[in-house]
Amino acid sequence: MPQPERTLDRHVETSPQVADEVKYTTCYMCACRCGIKVHMLDGQIRYIEGNRDHPINRGVLCAKGSAGIMQQNSPAKLSKPLRRVGERGAGEFEEIEWDEALDVAAGWLRNIRETDPRKLAFFTGRDQSQALTGWWASQFGTPNYAAHGGFCSVNMAAGGIYTIGGSFWEFGEPDWEHTRYFMMFGVAEDHDSNPIKIGLGTLKRRGAKFVSINPVKTGYSAIADEWLGINPGSDGLFALSLVHELLKAGKVDLEYLVRYTNAPWLVLRDPGGAEDGLFARDGDGNPLCWDRTAEAPRNALEADVTPALKGEFTLADGRTAIPVFQLLAERYLDGRYDPDEVAERTGIPAATIRRIAAELAHAAFSEEVVLEVPWTDWAGRRHERMIGRPVAMHAMRGISAHSNGFHTCRALHLLQVLLGSIDVPGGFRYKPPFPRPAPPGPKPAGRVGEVGPNKPMPGPPLGFTQGPEDLLVEEDGSPIRIDKAFSWDAPMAAHGMMHSVIANAWKGDPYPIDTLFMFMANMSWNSAMNSAGTIDMLTDKHEDGSYKIPRIIYSDAYYSEMVAYADLILPDTTYLERWDCISLLDRPICDADGAADSIRQPVIRPDRDVRPFQDVLIDLGARLGLPGLTNEDGSAKYPGGYPDYLVNHERKPGIGTLAGWRGDNGGSHGSGAPNPGQLDRYIENQCFWRDELAPNQRYFKHANKDYLDYAASMGFIDDARPVVLQLYSEPLQKFRQAARGHGPVQPPEIHRARVETYFDPLPIWYPPFEDLETDDNDYPLHAITQRPMAMYHSWGSQNAWLRQIHGANRLYVPRAAAARLDIGEEDWVWLISRHGRIKAQVRLMEGVNGSTVWTWNAIGKRAGAWNLAGDAPEAKRGFLLNHLIDDLLPERDNGYRYANADPVTGQAAWYDLRVRMEKALPDETAVSEPQFDALPLPPGMAKRPSMLRYGAGFRNRGTKA
Amino acid sequence: MHPAFSVIFFTTASGAGYGLLAWLGIFVALGMLPADRWFGLVGLGLALALITVGLLSSTFHLGHPERAWRAFSQWRSSWLSREGVAAVATYLPAGLFGIGWVFFEQANGLLGLLSAVGAAVTVYCTGMIYASLKPVRQWHNKSVVPVYLGFAAMTGVVWLTALAGLFGFGNPLFAWLSLAALAITAAIKLGYWRSIDNDRGGSTAATATGLPGPVRLLDPPHTEENYLMREMGYRVARKHAEKLRRIALAVGFAAPAVLLLLSLLLEGRAAGGIALVAALAATGGALVERWLFFAEAKHAVTLYYGAQSA
Amino acid sequence: MTSLPESPGAKRLGLVIDLDICVGCHACAVNCKEWNTGGYPAPLTDENPYGSGTSGVWLNRIHAYESGEGANSRTVHFPKSCLHCETPACVTVCPTGASYKRAEDGIVLVDEDLCIGCKLCSWACPYGAREYDHDAGVMKKCTLCIDRIYNENLEEVDRVPACVATCPVSARHFGDLGDPDSDVSRMVADRGGYDLMPEQGYQPTNKYLPPRPRRTEAGDTGAAAALTPVAEAGGFLGWVDRMLSR
Repeated sequence: MPQPERTLDRHVETSPQVADEVKYTTCYMCACRCGIKVHMLDGQIRYIEGNRDHPINRGVLCAKGSAGIMQQNSPAKLSKPLRRVGERGAGEFEEIEWDEALDVAAGWLRNIRETDPRKLAFFTGRDQSQALTGWWASQFGTPNYAAHGGFCSVNMAAGGIYTIGGSFWEFGEPDWEHTRYFMMFGVAEDHDSNPIKIGLGTLKRRGAKFVSINPVKTGYSAIADEWLGINPGSDGLFALSLVHELLKAGKVDLEYLVRYTNAPWLVLRDPGGAEDGLFARDGDGNPLCWDRTAEAPRNALEADVTPALKGEFTLADGRTAIPVFQLLAERYLDGRYDPDEVAERTGIPAATIRRIAAELAHAAFSEEVVLEVPWTDWAGRRHERMIGRPVAMHAMRGISAHSNGFHTCRALHLLQVLLGSIDVPGGFRYKPPFPRPAPPGPKPAGRVGEVGPNKPMPGPPLGFTQGPEDLLVEEDGSPIRIDKAFSWDAPMAAHGMMHSVIANAWKGDPYPIDTLFMFMANMSWNSAMNSAGTIDMLTDKHEDGSYKIPRIIYSDAYYSEMVAYADLILPDTTYLERWDCISLLDRPICDADGAADSIRQPVIRPDRDVRPFQDVLIDLGARLGLPGLTNEDGSAKYPGGYPDYLVNHERKPGIGTLAGWRGDNGGSHGSGAPNPGQLDRYIENQCFWRDELAPNQRYFKHANKDYLDYAASMGFIDDARPVVLQLYSEPLQKFRQAARGHGPVQPPEIHRARVETYFDPLPIWYPPFEDLETDDNDYPLHAITQRPMAMYHSWGSQNAWLRQIHGANRLYVPRAAAARLDIGEEDWVWLISRHGRIKAQVRLMEGVNGSTVWTWNAIGKRAGAWNLAGDAPEAKRGFLLNHLIDDLLPERDNGYRYANADPVTGQAAWYDLRVRMEKALPDETAVSEPQFDALPLPPGMAKRPSMLRYGAGFRNRGTKA
Repeated sequence: MHPAFSVIFFTTASGAGYGLLAWLGIFVALGMLPADRWFGLVGLGLALALITVGLLSSTFHLGHPERAWRAFSQWRSSWLSREGVAAVATYLPAGLFGIGWVFFEQANGLLGLLSAVGAAVTVYCTGMIYASLKPVRQWHNKSVVPVYLGFAAMTGVVWLTALAGLFGFGNPLFAWLSLAALAITAAIKLGYWRSIDNDRGGSTAATATGLPGPVRLLDPPHTEENYLMREMGYRVARKHAEKLRRIALAVGFAAPAVLLLLSLLLEGRAAGGIALVAALAATGGALVERWLFFAEAKHAVTLYYGAQSA
Repeated sequence: MTSLPESPGAKRLGLVIDLDICVGCHACAVNCKEWNTGGYPAPLTDENPYGSGTSGVWLNRIHAYESGEGANSRTVHFPKSCLHCETPACVTVCPTGASYKRAEDGIVLVDEDLCIGCKLCSWACPYGAREYDHDAGVMKKCTLCIDRIYNENLEEVDRVPACVATCPVSARHFGDLGDPDSDVSRMVADRGGYDLMPEQGYQPTNKYLPPRPRRTEAGDTGAAAALTPVAEAGGFLGWVDRMLSR
């Protein structure tokens, strides 16, 4: 056989040296928190790749993570503390030294703390250190703290946690390995992105069916086996119609419902009574069920009950009670959920809804997954195998960001629970430390008496309210918090309402504040509704010439649109220059098979005079003498900054920010004394810790003895009691009862009707508020955003590689809708809402709901920001929908204006937007509108290169050696 | 394809130069031109200047002109390399031909013929550079090489007619030959245009992607234009192209033909003068034709960027 | 030599790209950029990186198409890089010998030291795989990560092209398409892998796996078109009674 010719005359160095050193750390190009390996060569970053051993990304890395070099290389990096010298918004700053900056900040804050700590509003954006920032706020003593969850996905989190004690993304995931039928609702592309992509690949290769319910067919929806281009905001109605079909056909898992849910619990029927709709309870407060064997009420939490799911029973005190399941069945068997009735509103044909219901039932009940793994339930009963209903679901912001999002999320969980698919093989799976009781403690701190000069709050500012008595309201029912979270406006605002802070602070409603302190939140641009109005509020003055928001401190690593609106800038580092932790106390990186946390370590030294925000916060805390941050002698408790805190801070004895390698010699996990060598152990272990569950702990976690014991021993839950899934939510009913005039804490008159309507203990569907506010003829179209997979919010536009992929956005318009308006490809159009108008360039599309236009989120930039050239496409052709979205709903009859948000959680209702479209006139310029004055660059910014030759220095390096 | 001026100028100028060189060689060999030093200097000088300026201009679009010498190495596979070799090789007989003619007033017929052969081979190679490119349907066409040869011959003989006339060596045969060349080249070019207008080509957005049609681009890879689109995504409006075709025919063919017929009615230098205008017109028409040759060519890669057919 | 190898080996390294699961995330393109801007073709220049008209050298690009119309239309994300053809005219047109096809594995490379930047190879490629670096004045292209796939400084498992290693959905596969028993060849055989523009006659080595048919009809998953309501007297709640008293 002839030997193949070799091109020997060509020398190709096939084994060049890749790195002098490989450092492990955690990505922060989005919120996914993948493990990365950073290859360093000649003191520069040669290459960043996914860490194959890491539980989140298992070696893969997305476009954003792969562009980390360019984030580090960005000319938009701030370089030194800045003090405003011109008018706010003019972008005129002087550089100051850190000592001076910290003195100034500490001076402002000290004065607030000594007088009225509420006057500090401390809000962080896509912060991954909320375990620190929230605790810091408590130590300071202000209830006015939240991160960005309120404008992101609190509906999803709260809907899940109040229902199943867990939620999608960080708290749970589909069983990618076993599921046969997977439904994804709404846009999800920048959350949990690599795990979902890995999972979808796995699932599709196995031949499981993937159904995407999304008005837009891009990204994940593009590879779905079936795409349902639903009308925005009607997903809950679709889900409840599926529930209707399943109930009617008896395709529900009764055994599962009896064992693991509150379906058998008895609900008091006492119209007009104080306890109407609450659970019937025994003297110890245990919920009751009707035991069919004993023919008597019994404690529903006992293992050996044989509960009835239907019937009307008379209790010992003569009151009537009905099982939850009967209430539920009666409600959803109603004809208004019939597919024929919901088809028009959802845009999904009745036959399709019926078929999907049949497919769900088929997958759940005819394709059971059986794992030959014996396990023991909470009552000590041994089960020989794990039997699962292989139907799984996932939803994120597309569902969440509607004013009916909370109930829609509940409806999705209801659907999963009825099919018996929560934490079973093939179903939705909890990630430790979830499940937790639905809802879990703690409750938000900041009630009357808990806030005062020089005193820390007794608990965290955020939590889960369980009834009116947990609200943060004054005696007269008015809000205690500046954002009105946990008030009657939004009683279950578990993540706060960052989107309301600036407007409320500007109005002084409920009171004026002194200092707004924000961290990486682009609130003058893409993170605000009504961006132009927000800019005006930030710069608005009283008649005496003082700013209505007196002081603004802002920390960011980059020259975002927000920087120009602050008085004091504390420049942060990049993610490759810092210590960080991804803590179980915060938003963990666990997977369904194991608990995990991780750290970031600095892999490159900053070349600028910048400090990690967490170091700054700890330093400020020490300067202010906050109790948790100073020793008794007044000295700083964590002189080593954030890494010192990560290792030595204990939230409770033995429980700290990191769970791995605690105790002497790092021998204990979960709890244990601080270990000075802990960070080294993390670094040795590629910067993460993971504790894998045994096979018998991996499913039925809500009722699995071995898991619950483990979770209690790790401190995930207080005790090993099972988590009962709450189809009927009593906390909701408690708020409703208050609205009906019961109990000591009742809503002011203006809020009563609203609370009574939306605090239904069973999932309901109602049209998004914007649909009710606008006339279909005036605003016939929905307008929504999708999240590009190669961009994370506003961050990507400073990235030389990512901005080539999304340098400008288009308005995607259904081909047929465009034709009706004589609008063609490339045309410019005006998009008009009840709040404003924008101009954008069109791209025609087939795969989009016929009454929906959409665009990519956060691509439009203000000229001059992010150190982009003034004529950058982001500013000239890019645009935001934010300018169309009002931050408030129209005035009620009583003159009150609620936030444009979900009435239960306060979640910002971004996707409720309704618009109409008009073709731009031929003489109108091909530039997006509105346009703003270009922001000038602050001092110390790097010069933008006109040519990037990154990596030139590595050329032929292998052959040099 | 992007109509890069350097390449358009190069192919037009060197085409005319080689054409002129070839006709000078042939008519010397046939004994129909005298070995007049000044005529030789101007005629051959113009031919070689057009060739040389054209070749030099073609190096302007190179990323590394200083490495241009490497382009002679791959004559076994590359028409561009062959063109380079042929071009340089042609300088040898042409140079000797010129030296004999200008310095010794001895125009050698054999060297003239060899120069003519070299010129033809070089122009043939130029045509083949384009004709061999399958991804460009409008170039991968059997008329492309005849078009290149035709334009070289046509512009060359009109220039010969002009120069011979101006130097008083005019011969009605030259004008008649020019008219014939104009007619034949016009016919070839019209045939070429008909061919590219009617042939739809085999590649479509559907074959490019392998997806069931209709296939429409939803999003290009990047939001700004890339090299491929700048180099190969050039689009000329059909109406505009048709207008330019008419201009090319009018200026490059009709006008020279009329002028040459007119020149046949005149004598001596006046005829030469008119023929010179015809030569300038023919060359101008050739430039327009060459611009269209690029602008109307659609590269298959455009199928990935929104074109339905190429 | 830009003549093609006279006796090419049997080995034909290339990629198989699964259009059924590509979600269009651009991970492969950016990771490719990242690896290669410091690798064999370093640097992959970006012109006007922070202004308008930004134009970078990318060896892999992701297009998005809509195929078909109405309810049957589908969105297809379509990654494209050099296909390492069997008869690559981009090589044979090269006048300097800078472009060549390796006999031992079929990889098409550019020796930038020989390249004069005439761009003819980019004209000869119907697929748009050639990327001109205006700043360096030379042509660049996908090397199939030749400085990874044989790199003895990397662990064996990492010796695959960067785009393949990083792809989150595993839509990209690397292997020897000259070996009919290789995983990639089997995948092509099983899934009906196809060539792009076969009519151009370049015989690409890289193959594309077509999107699988949609499953939107009754019976596609084995389920009926609709559920049958329970027939019990007393309707659904009557059924509940019976089920619980089993």
